[in-house]
Amino acid sequence: MELNSKTPSGPIERKWDNRRFEMKLVSPANRHKHRIIVLGSGLAGASAAATLAELGYNVQCFCYQDSPRRAHSVAAQGGINAAKNYRNDGDSIYRLFYDTVKGGSFRSREANVYRLAQISVNIIDQSVAQGVPFAREYSGLLDNRSFGGVQVSRTFYARGQTGQQLLLGAYQALERQIDLGKVTMLPRMEMLDLVVIEGRARGIIARNLITGKIEPFAAEAIVLATGGYGNIYYLSTNAKNSNATAIWRAYKRGAAFANPCFTQIHPTCIPVTGHYQSKLTLMSESLRNDGRIWVPQKKGDQRPPREIPEVERDYYLERKYPSFGNLVPRDVASRAAKEVCDEGRGVGDSGLGVFLDFTDAIKCLGADVVREKYGNLFEMYERITAENPYQVPMRIYPAVHYTMGGLWVDYNLMSTIAGLFVIGEANFSDHGANRLGASALMQGLADGYFVIPHTINDYLATTEIERADITHPAFRQMETEVSLRVKKLLDIGGNRTVDSFHQELGKLLWDHCGMVRNEQGLKYAVQKIPEIRQEFWRNASIVGGGEELNQVLEKAGRVADFLELAELMCYDALERAESCGCHFREEFQTADGEPQRNDEHYCYVSAWKYARNSELPRLHKEPLTFENVHLAPRSYK
Amino acid sequence: MNLTLYVWRQKNARSEGRMVRYDAETISPDMSFLEMLDVVNWRLIAKGEDPIAFDHDCREGICGSCGMMINGIAHGPQRATATCQLHMRHFRDRETIYIEPWRSDAFPVVRDLIVDRSALDRIIQAGGYISVSAGSAPEANAILVSKQTADLAMDAAACIGCGACVAACPNGSAALFTGAKVSHLALLPQGQPERGQRVLKMVAAMDAEGFGSCTMHRECQAVCPKGISVDFIARMNREYLRASLARQVKGLDTTIPHSESS
Repeated sequence: MELNSKTPSGPIERKWDNRRFEMKLVSPANRHKHRIIVLGSGLAGASAAATLAELGYNVQCFCYQDSPRRAHSVAAQGGINAAKNYRNDGDSIYRLFYDTVKGGSFRSREANVYRLAQISVNIIDQSVAQGVPFAREYSGLLDNRSFGGVQVSRTFYARGQTGQQLLLGAYQALERQIDLGKVTMLPRMEMLDLVVIEGRARGIIARNLITGKIEPFAAEAIVLATGGYGNIYYLSTNAKNSNATAIWRAYKRGAAFANPCFTQIHPTCIPVTGHYQSKLTLMSESLRNDGRIWVPQKKGDQRPPREIPEVERDYYLERKYPSFGNLVPRDVASRAAKEVCDEGRGVGDSGLGVFLDFTDAIKCLGADVVREKYGNLFEMYERITAENPYQVPMRIYPAVHYTMGGLWVDYNLMSTIAGLFVIGEANFSDHGANRLGASALMQGLADGYFVIPHTINDYLATTEIERADITHPAFRQMETEVSLRVKKLLDIGGNRTVDSFHQELGKLLWDHCGMVRNEQGLKYAVQKIPEIRQEFWRNASIVGGGEELNQVLEKAGRVADFLELAELMCYDALERAESCGCHFREEFQTADGEPQRNDEHYCYVSAWKYARNSELPRLHKEPLTFENVHLAPRSYK
Repeated sequence: MNLTLYVWRQKNARSEGRMVRYDAETISPDMSFLEMLDVVNWRLIAKGEDPIAFDHDCREGICGSCGMMINGIAHGPQRATATCQLHMRHFRDRETIYIEPWRSDAFPVVRDLIVDRSALDRIIQAGGYISVSAGSAPEANAILVSKQTADLAMDAAACIGCGACVAACPNGSAALFTGAKVSHLALLPQGQPERGQRVLKMVAAMDAEGFGSCTMHRECQAVCPKGISVDFIARMNREYLRASLARQVKGLDTTIPHSESS
């Protein structure tokens, strides 16, 4: 398989312009002749569906939720980056580009990241015009704050609900197109397979989650915007129903899967309290602007935080990384928290927690200013923990949050299957081995509003595509396969809950393919996952029928796919014998415990291709070259 | 904690429903309400019974998927809290809890505690947006918005579309939901050109979906997980009056579209 990134020629700042000029256009009069399927209605999916419809294409947009407004982008709290330089603090497109490449530990494609930084400014304009109520200063101008891994203030925000407000902007644009008849919205539908005809993605098979009916849909191009797979760990900050089924089915039909082991563990989440815990709740990274992170100097210090004197506290991030302090990137902050907890200095009943303390901020800024900035986050913390963070420091611990890995795409965001585009968190994205805060919203909207509309134009204009319809035998065959798979799940008739398998898998991945990995653990996981999978297909209890709303069945299908994807993640983590960003292999660290990258041997994107007949997946490599941001050790000291 | 639950069970939209009793034993006060239901469901599945179906997703109180009547109160006893963020520490040991779906003609039951809230999407389709296609936006700081206005617009925009306001209203009115969106967009300078037609169309859509009228019971405000104020209903009424009058006095308001002024 050839991995052609199709990166445009020319200097970095001209590449996107050059590409836009090279690309062929579809005449406005002809666009209505093309059908495009968009899967997912988060920031990437909703913005793509709305924009493609604005251009004149006929769009069908699918989501599993009852309304497109509920996609998990809605939960993003902190903000969205843009290189506006409104603060006059030295920001520029080039600096956002530089920060993102460095933040990603040099494992992303330079040209994509540069385009993202360029487009970032248009996203803010677009969102403001849609009525997104971003925070403002008294002058009426837009406000900014700082996020991890950078030394400028470029993050735009709407209280702690930035994702919600940006999503509502995209959702409203989408609803407008639904009203105009250009988008057909299909909520409570789940894609269960991809139909590929003569090497091109031509349709999907989806299950109606209310009636259970399995239905085919045909189109000239397909856009996957189904998000990440962090939910594979069972406990994560993802929505409970977030899943990998769409991208995993596409992988099994020929789309390469890139960097599957790159998962972001977010440093500031509310710690686990019990085995019944169903999900983890993030506390926005923005809190690290004013909160100070610390643990007691002494092991096992059980005193209430207020009784621990200043000299007996270890503000370990400020100590280890004086220039970035509490605002180091997420991977760095998470590992540091794990390290102090592993030393026995963690706080709370489980010992898996560190303090995020606002005492100094309240003293310096006043409780009102702190309430204004973080009030809703403080309330959320109190609702969950019954502790008041104005009086007692928050306790936080890292949790799975985002997946930088995803389907491999070229510069035009097309996967290795022609006509299958992948956008947002579902692709392997622009974030390399670690995503900086407030960059996911930026990428989702950049892909949807400003990249995919151009590149799909080009694909449709330059490709001879016969109109396929659902009577084509390929659709019938795939429909039968999907129906058989659903039946196979319903026929298992075992007596262990699907959730218990998911929990077992999640624990295994967290232990061996989480914040820290090593060869021995990964080899153990690779051997253990097929055992869990076999046990699942022998003993899962899936009650109810296929032709009705059946949440157990939905979950079972998703867990079955997680049980396959998990193995690929571990293969990838094993193969990458270096430490970079989120991927920390214990064997590869510097004397002071920092990740030891190996640019000589691992400066590439790992793109895995599915192999049939239970062969091992095949690794293809897209070499990464850095012509602008020079490969250098990544330091935040 | 040991609790007794009475839960509405209904196979699908066409079948009859009924309250069914379940014992929820050894429940931790630190569990969320939905985690308590998870545990009940795991036990039902172990017995080969159909688990209780309920909508849920983010479990952070922001997606608006979850929602149920808990002892007759939408989202349960804690103020400004969605069901997923409600914790069992707010209940007493041995308490009996009645759990039902949202009750409203405009929200038909899909299964058990799941209802069809697509009517809310259709209200937004009718005009709950600013018509700006991608690429045509002016520079973000070109139009100033005072902090007070932006903050007030944000208060309205915080709506998560869960439908609790409708469920709590004796009239089954969606006035708080619609008022919040009308206000959010009418407050901002970007929302001015479509201001008049937006409120007229959204209110018409709200009526067409079978929601009742608002008679200011304020139950909606009391249960809203985002604490959205009924002031926004008053604002919507003013907007509606303004637009209706302008429609009658032809030519006085340039925001009225041709189709309606001709």
